[in-house]
Amino acid sequence: MNADFTTEELAFQDEVRDFLESEFPAEFRAKIDASQRLSKDEIVRWQKILYQKGWAAPSWPEEHGGTGWTQIQRHIFATEMGLIGAPEPVPFGMKMVAPVVMAYGSDEQKQRFLPDILSSNVWWCQGYSEPNAGSDLASLKTTAMRDGDEYIVNGAKTWNTYGQYADWIFCLVRTDNTVKKQEGISFLLIDMKSPGITLKPIVLLDGHAEVNEVFFDDVSVPVGNLIGEENKGWTYAKLLLTHERSNIAGVPRGKRRLRALKRIAKDTDDGFGGNMLGNASFRNKLADIEIQLQALEYSELRTLAALSVGKAPGPESSILKVVGTELAQELDELFVDLAGYHCLPFVPEQFEDGFQGAQLGPGNSAAAALTYFNNRKLSIFGGSNEIQRNIISKHVLGL
Amino acid sequence: MDFSYTEEQQMLQDSVQKFVQNSYDFDTRNTIIASDDGYSLENWQLFAELGWLTVPFSEADGGFGGSAVDLIVMMEAFGKANLVEPFTPTAILGGGLVAALGTDAQKAELLPRVMDGSLQLACAYAESTSRFNLASVSTSAESDADRLVINGSKVAVLNGPSADKLLVVARESGATTDRSGISVFLVDSESEGVSVQAYTNVDGKRAARISFDCVAVPVAQRLGEAGGALVALQAVIDRAIVATSAEAVGALEALLQKTVEYSKIRKQFGTAIGTFQALQHRMADMFIECQLARSIVIMAAMKLGSSESELEKTKSVSAAKSRVGRAIEKVSQEAIQIHGGIGMTEELDVGHLFKRVTAIDVMFGNADYHTERFASL
Repeated sequence: MNADFTTEELAFQDEVRDFLESEFPAEFRAKIDASQRLSKDEIVRWQKILYQKGWAAPSWPEEHGGTGWTQIQRHIFATEMGLIGAPEPVPFGMKMVAPVVMAYGSDEQKQRFLPDILSSNVWWCQGYSEPNAGSDLASLKTTAMRDGDEYIVNGAKTWNTYGQYADWIFCLVRTDNTVKKQEGISFLLIDMKSPGITLKPIVLLDGHAEVNEVFFDDVSVPVGNLIGEENKGWTYAKLLLTHERSNIAGVPRGKRRLRALKRIAKDTDDGFGGNMLGNASFRNKLADIEIQLQALEYSELRTLAALSVGKAPGPESSILKVVGTELAQELDELFVDLAGYHCLPFVPEQFEDGFQGAQLGPGNSAAAALTYFNNRKLSIFGGSNEIQRNIISKHVLGL
Repeated sequence: MDFSYTEEQQMLQDSVQKFVQNSYDFDTRNTIIASDDGYSLENWQLFAELGWLTVPFSEADGGFGGSAVDLIVMMEAFGKANLVEPFTPTAILGGGLVAALGTDAQKAELLPRVMDGSLQLACAYAESTSRFNLASVSTSAESDADRLVINGSKVAVLNGPSADKLLVVARESGATTDRSGISVFLVDSESEGVSVQAYTNVDGKRAARISFDCVAVPVAQRLGEAGGALVALQAVIDRAIVATSAEAVGALEALLQKTVEYSKIRKQFGTAIGTFQALQHRMADMFIECQLARSIVIMAAMKLGSSESELEKTKSVSAAKSRVGRAIEKVSQEAIQIHGGIGMTEELDVGHLFKRVTAIDVMFGNADYHTERFASL
């Protein structure tokens, strides 16, 4: 038993590291270190840099322009990206709709959609959740009625991330009301410019409208935009939910934030002439998190080793989701703790490009509470942690 | 032994609850937060007329009585409604410092105006590097003939933007963290050299960073003895801690109640999510947390009004802040999680209560700080 990389893998790690050091734009790095948000253009620019290198889609097969990397190589790449703070590809195109198109789309659909995803020419968003279909996704009610060569779509989707940037949306829609709820769902691709689509931004607790409600009012969609067979959408969606789970644990990002915490703690006065890194209870909390992060990292490596020998991703990935998200939330709390009074000002604009307002506290301290608020979403989205625990109880423990 | 409210306390609670029910719904609160002042002047006048602004003050000072138990009865009701009016900064902190340190003349000048609603106060004590230690003061007050000259800057001054007068904690002698040498000065917000950088806190309340650049203050504007203000400052902050902890208890109980109600109407998988035992147990734990928080706040409030030693009083205050902090973390996070996505939005009062209690945990020292303070005493 060992957790070592081979010589080739180590060489690959060096290659990735060198590439990121030289090609990840310094101004992006500075923004990320300052807790600022990258704009859509910046995210696309970075993605196109990866595309030029041929590294845009680590998880895609080579025939579609993927890297053809092993699981270990993908892990190394994701780790190095996370450690340097480089943003992952926007998942909706690359990691969510693309695998479904590859597996169930027609050749024509593959030609039409995949190259633009790979080169980041088209921004995708997700139309899954509805106001009354969250954890119970299969009870969704948005309908698509066949009318000649078109579907007429009516309904509302919610928790749609960055739909304001999107060119296309992939949706789960109900095409049959007369059968068991999972059996009447279809997977439909819809052009966001279609007449009848409106977006209503939802402002979250950090003051940012990161998500939207999307309304469909008699939206015409060509039948050619249906993926696979009508009423088989639930099967396709399930593939999407289990397909790309790599890096779901967020270990590299956790390590990066832990380093930042130690640095900030050293610069934070304890009010008694010392600094917070010398504060015993804070140090214990840091240690607890570091230990948990190590347990998580080795759990991820064990899962990875199983995937490398060809095992399908199993319910174990639920462990990574639960622990990874809850760990990230604990890290948020430590940033709030360190910031003290400086976390209290509500300055949503601080995350935006070109924020010129007066800095209200030292460093990123005014970002701490807002990040804490926003990251409460981590244990809610992507299959809530309750759903993950249900998966473990049912599929692992057989309860 | 009797944990019931007196008739007067019951009337006070009824009076606040009635106001909140009739005049302080979620939309009204949002309108108030978005207004220029960040609180309602009309409400403030009403609070004065209803006598609420007299509650923190002793009868000798012309107040309702000044017991900490009276205060928690009222603050808990404020917490349930997530009230943003600056009661704590003006009446408890500012007014409290005047009552504790002021001469009869200073009290006569200021306290009636606090109680009739015509004077807004703010207490400038925290500094950028002081963290939660009240004795860490680098803002200086240097003697210059019959006046003092204040230099330095303060952070997290609640109600700073609206305050007519500031109670500024400054050092007349000693090193930055010495316990002696600290005084409190009454400074007009309009004084030359005072600059107020106003902002809104995460909980919608207004606050400011305030800098003092050679601000000249007559000696007569010092409250209490030169360099001897720390004990009184600590006592006033301790009372504010108990009061805001009670506010947190009210807010947490509102979060629990709203979560339970939501779990009864939110249906997933064909049934109300409140029927899932996994969620039932978590809401039961939220209830337990609320009850323990309530108990320890009552304990601290009763001890403040008792003949216990100052040490015991201080310990009980830190015990309450620490324990309430734990309850805040548990109850508020669970309230969001059980609500799911909708709890993450500005559209629901749950998120606003969540942000308020998060701010309360930070104010006057977070749970960890007070656990350490408790252990050190």
